[in-house]
Amino acid sequence: MRIVVLMKPVPDPVAASERLRPDGRLDRANAPAVVNPNDEYALEAALKLVEAHGGEVTLLTMAPAAAPETIRKALAMGAHRGVLVTDTALEGSCVHSTATVLAAALAQLEFDLVLFGVDSTDGGAGTVPAAVAAKRALPYLSAAGKIEPDPAAGTVRVRRMTPTGYDLLEAPMPALIVCTQALGEPRYPSLKGIMSARSKEIRTFSLADLGLDDGSVGGAAATTRLTGTSTPPARGAARIIKDAPAEAARQVVDYLVEKWIIQ
Amino acid sequence: MTIESAFRLTEEQRLLAETIHALAIERIAPRAAEIDRTAEFPWDVRDLLAQHDIFGLGFPAEHGGLGAGLLSLCLAIEQISRACATSGLMLAVQSLGALPLILAGSPEQQARWLPGMAAGRTLVAFALTEADAGSDPSAIRTRAVRDGDEYVITGGKRFISHGSVADVIAVFALTDPEGPRHRRLSCLLVPANAPGFSVSRLEHKMGIRGSPTAELVFDAVRVPADHLVGAEGDGFDIAMRTFDRSRPGIAAQAVGIAQGALDVAAKYATERVQFGKAIGEFQMVSAMLADMDAATESARAVLYRACAEIEAGSDAASRWASLCKLVAGDAAMRVTTDAVQVLGGYGYISDYPVERMMRDAKITQLYEGTQQIQRLVVARHLLGRS
Repeated sequence: MRIVVLMKPVPDPVAASERLRPDGRLDRANAPAVVNPNDEYALEAALKLVEAHGGEVTLLTMAPAAAPETIRKALAMGAHRGVLVTDTALEGSCVHSTATVLAAALAQLEFDLVLFGVDSTDGGAGTVPAAVAAKRALPYLSAAGKIEPDPAAGTVRVRRMTPTGYDLLEAPMPALIVCTQALGEPRYPSLKGIMSARSKEIRTFSLADLGLDDGSVGGAAATTRLTGTSTPPARGAARIIKDAPAEAARQVVDYLVEKWIIQ
Repeated sequence: MTIESAFRLTEEQRLLAETIHALAIERIAPRAAEIDRTAEFPWDVRDLLAQHDIFGLGFPAEHGGLGAGLLSLCLAIEQISRACATSGLMLAVQSLGALPLILAGSPEQQARWLPGMAAGRTLVAFALTEADAGSDPSAIRTRAVRDGDEYVITGGKRFISHGSVADVIAVFALTDPEGPRHRRLSCLLVPANAPGFSVSRLEHKMGIRGSPTAELVFDAVRVPADHLVGAEGDGFDIAMRTFDRSRPGIAAQAVGIAQGALDVAAKYATERVQFGKAIGEFQMVSAMLADMDAATESARAVLYRACAEIEAGSDAASRWASLCKLVAGDAAMRVTTDAVQVLGGYGYISDYPVERMMRDAKITQLYEGTQQIQRLVVARHLLGRS
């Protein structure tokens, strides 16, 4: 199986290194980048699939030119090669523009499955996978808690997690799947993987390589505009109930009813 | 060579350190207090390090290792010791015990023993020290006498790290008691299941409490003659060449302990409020933190430089090995003591890890040559007497 995993470098959310520039955009230049945590779950799912069915995992990244260091972290986890789309014109891309570029990059690659993480810790829109599926006319299987391909039949089954259980979806491959954390904890990069990551190929595409012109995508063509940023209001003090369990449960229920959260 | 490539880690080395740091923080740090309290060898950590190929870092690629070099091994020891000095020591001891084989073993011996050690399946210990022979190896009394196709080993060793958990022990014994001063010792591999070998006691220690330190008895232990590493009389030379490559591992342990204590102290200083503000806002505390950072980073710089010099085959390898252990051991002791000071009363109790780190730091000034021996080595280089 040939699997493409979308991988985005993001400022390390654990190191709390997310800072905004004066223009309100994320300061990517001065923050140590890590693999977007939800993308690690997608990569883990892909690695398990090729371990079970054979095949190769290609990482696809649209990011500034410094991305190879982060891509190599994902290669060290076991991905086989990386593809980086980078172009200064891409700064300030909106969701629509990002999806257009990723769809154009996918047109250059051969694959049976495309895996996305649910969302990114920096942008957090969570809409790029659906937009890419629409642009490439791929079956869109979201909220995957289990992925079962049948390479002989050319189909894939996905458990789509719902608040009450799951839906069972089946689609022809190639298909696009959005992966949840229910697929399993990402592995640590292996030391052998780290030592061989340098020798793995990272292909770089510019907009011109993808047949796109820089007026049609990127900051110049953004369909959304950043008008301002604000910090969420500080939360009020938490109310801590310390009574015995039965009494505490009654107070919690009363509170939820009072707030119209339950009836 | 550019300035950057001379003074910064490579991308690969940074990724290695980051990965091992994550593993240590997530999987080893939560065990550290318990390992210290129970003083039991953490077999689960051995399994974890083996599973992630970390034991293989310092071993040659042709014998199942990763051939990653001394600096990469030290990066791993540093990051693991930052969370748990006992666990970091596991890597250092495995390297110490295997170095005689790596440096002087025959191809057959290397092929036989090294793959298991590189995989972490076979634990190895290094037995030079005796009750009355610490800094002075010429006082060693353990004998190895050739008898046909075997050597018969009789004597005792003390303060042997991993002596009770190792599967095989590199033992230094007299083969020519009357020979020239540096030609009296030989190095022999003794399997722990050899008849006549026993562990007579385990020490109760101030720190690195999960790492068993054993007293060993050799009561006419017979090993095949092909367990001799190098030639008869090579023992002293093998031990000294081993220290050139093992002392940086102890320096790495020390740098890791110091960094771990600084991590805790810096975080505490932003959270602990007295007189209405975080104590890190007070200059007396912030100055301590800055000095701790300066000491740790200085020690790290000497360590990495020493690794590069030793790896490059410097003819002053023993000077570099001693310098880095001297600087790092003293830094670790000072930084951990100050970390306890920053935490005040909380630093002195076992609710916080810094008292453990302070106890652990002390050993880095003692083993694999006391700080006084390191100074002796450095001074001899200066005075042209090496």
